[in-house]
Amino acid sequence: MELFSHLALGFSVALSAVNLLYALVGVLLGTLIGVLPGIGPVATIAMLLPTTYALQPVSALIMLAGIYYGAQYGGSTTAILVNMPGEASSVVTCLDGHQMARKGQAGAALATAAMASFFAGTVATILVAAVSVPLSELALKFGPAEYFSLMVLGLIGAVVLAHGSLLKAIAMILLGLLLGIVGTDVNSGAARFTFGIPELTDGIGVVGVAMGLFGFAEIIANLESKETREIVTSKVKGLWINREQFRKVWPAILRGTGLGSVLGVLPGGGAMLSAFASYTIEKKISKHPEEFGKGAIQGVAGPEAANNAGAQTSFIPLLTLGIPENAVMALMVGAMTIHNIQPGPQVMTSNPGLFWGLIASMWIGNLILVILNLPLIGIWIKLLTVPYRVLYPAILLFCAIGVYTVNNTSFDVMTTAFFGLIGVIFAKLECEPAPLLLGFVLGPMMEENLRRALLLSRGDPTVFFTRPISAGLLIAAVLLVLIIALPKMRKRRDEAFQEEA
Amino acid sequence: MAFVRHQKDFVAGLMFIAIGIAAIVISSNYPLGTAARMGPGYFPRVLGILLIVLGAILSLRALRFDGPRLPAWPWRPTAVVLGSVVLFGSIVQTIGVAFSTVILIAVASSASREFRPKEALISGVFLSALAVGVFVIGLKLQLPIWPWTR
Repeated sequence: MELFSHLALGFSVALSAVNLLYALVGVLLGTLIGVLPGIGPVATIAMLLPTTYALQPVSALIMLAGIYYGAQYGGSTTAILVNMPGEASSVVTCLDGHQMARKGQAGAALATAAMASFFAGTVATILVAAVSVPLSELALKFGPAEYFSLMVLGLIGAVVLAHGSLLKAIAMILLGLLLGIVGTDVNSGAARFTFGIPELTDGIGVVGVAMGLFGFAEIIANLESKETREIVTSKVKGLWINREQFRKVWPAILRGTGLGSVLGVLPGGGAMLSAFASYTIEKKISKHPEEFGKGAIQGVAGPEAANNAGAQTSFIPLLTLGIPENAVMALMVGAMTIHNIQPGPQVMTSNPGLFWGLIASMWIGNLILVILNLPLIGIWIKLLTVPYRVLYPAILLFCAIGVYTVNNTSFDVMTTAFFGLIGVIFAKLECEPAPLLLGFVLGPMMEENLRRALLLSRGDPTVFFTRPISAGLLIAAVLLVLIIALPKMRKRRDEAFQEEA
Repeated sequence: MAFVRHQKDFVAGLMFIAIGIAAIVISSNYPLGTAARMGPGYFPRVLGILLIVLGAILSLRALRFDGPRLPAWPWRPTAVVLGSVVLFGSIVQTIGVAFSTVILIAVASSASREFRPKEALISGVFLSALAVGVFVIGLKLQLPIWPWTR
């Protein structure tokens, strides 16, 4: 079978000593930063991205993917032990995971999270490998009109499935698109929105935007609120679960994996949505819903499986269509571009080693997580006892060094600080920065495809509706907006996110 | 602003309108082209118009529906945190990683309500050694360590 030869190629790349080493380093660094409360996966990746510049593209992407899973997994550890989600996707893990820890079952909760993540990761890796060939072939048939409509659907989907005001989120996308076209126009060579600043002719760097909007703004927000942490550390022993717990856990893991695999592929989906959805379902079908929130082990297993499956399958649209569906994937586009890889369906054929190597490394990354993290849990706990007043200056330092060394100019540092300021304003006005980052990355691509589509149709805008695939994609986007605008659906959407408040 | 019932949305709307107008004004210098041959001014102007429309809807709705008032602005943490990073960026090439790290940590730490000068200094020296070891020696980034090793 073709799938096996592809995976064999992938593993031969991913299992080379160098790549194995970078997967290991990535997972470790990701977990290290992920464990720290108050710094999310986007900020983590932005902060660690500069450490991959010197590497080969394959190694760099493998390391970044490792950082992503590590951050994801580290977030669960923090959620269980400190009742503070390291990442947004582990918010629901707090609910029951921390209650388990308080009852002295921290070991069981951590083991469940590890098992669920690994199982889900394995299934999702196979899924990614299986669907990427047909999807890429489909994507290669897309013309500019289809691509433009697909991006519209992707962007709309991303804001519909996220929380907060729809209107503001769409405005944030537009703002992102606008920021994305800063720099030299590829077609005419005109320098746009550069204000005569030579550094801006190459455009604004994605690292600075992400680091400022997510990292710096988060730190400033954390400094405003008083630090309250309750760490359950003394009781972590017996990192395993008993037979009765296992009986409860495995159906939840299966459901979570299925749910996460599907939701991860949707635009705007990914780890967070999957985890929320899984928790809601587990609670609904449980015979004892009253146990949820008081230490139900299914409430840890389901969401943990779902968020890992979702984290993995959210690579599918990026790898096959070249379209990121959430902020983390937007940053991955930035990373690929830095390494001179234009994400899209052509990567699979033009660079099969990189493509399949990355996919195979997903599974290896998950394996490393399980093998390393359970024994290392003691170190992560120590890290959690470091007070925030010591942590955040160190985070700032690594951000500053990282962003400075992108081009070795202080201009990039200023840009990052500027976006930090913007990020604080956005937070105060309750404008989510994630849609902006998506728009930012897609801006140039969207303009280019719009231009080409209209060139081919001789300026006739109806081309987007007369080509069937394009029309279908746009209709889907309109339907999404309509559905969410209906009062009843709006209420249910808010309910789904209420656990987070 | 007593007539504004949802201050956050109102201000956000004004912000989008202002950015939209700025985008249109600035891109009026770029050739517009036609739909069939889009010039560099085409896409930004479309975005600018859409931003103004959305901003206007947002602001007008804010006059009708109740919502949160504008929160207090975290002046001190914002200024200190961002200032420390900008400072680092401007001096690192001149005085090297070793000293600029200590300065960044010391300045940044003072943003916290629980600022402890001695602790910040110790942490600064430790991180300075770490940064030199990892980034300059380990990852071989092009950064001077000392003021005299440029």
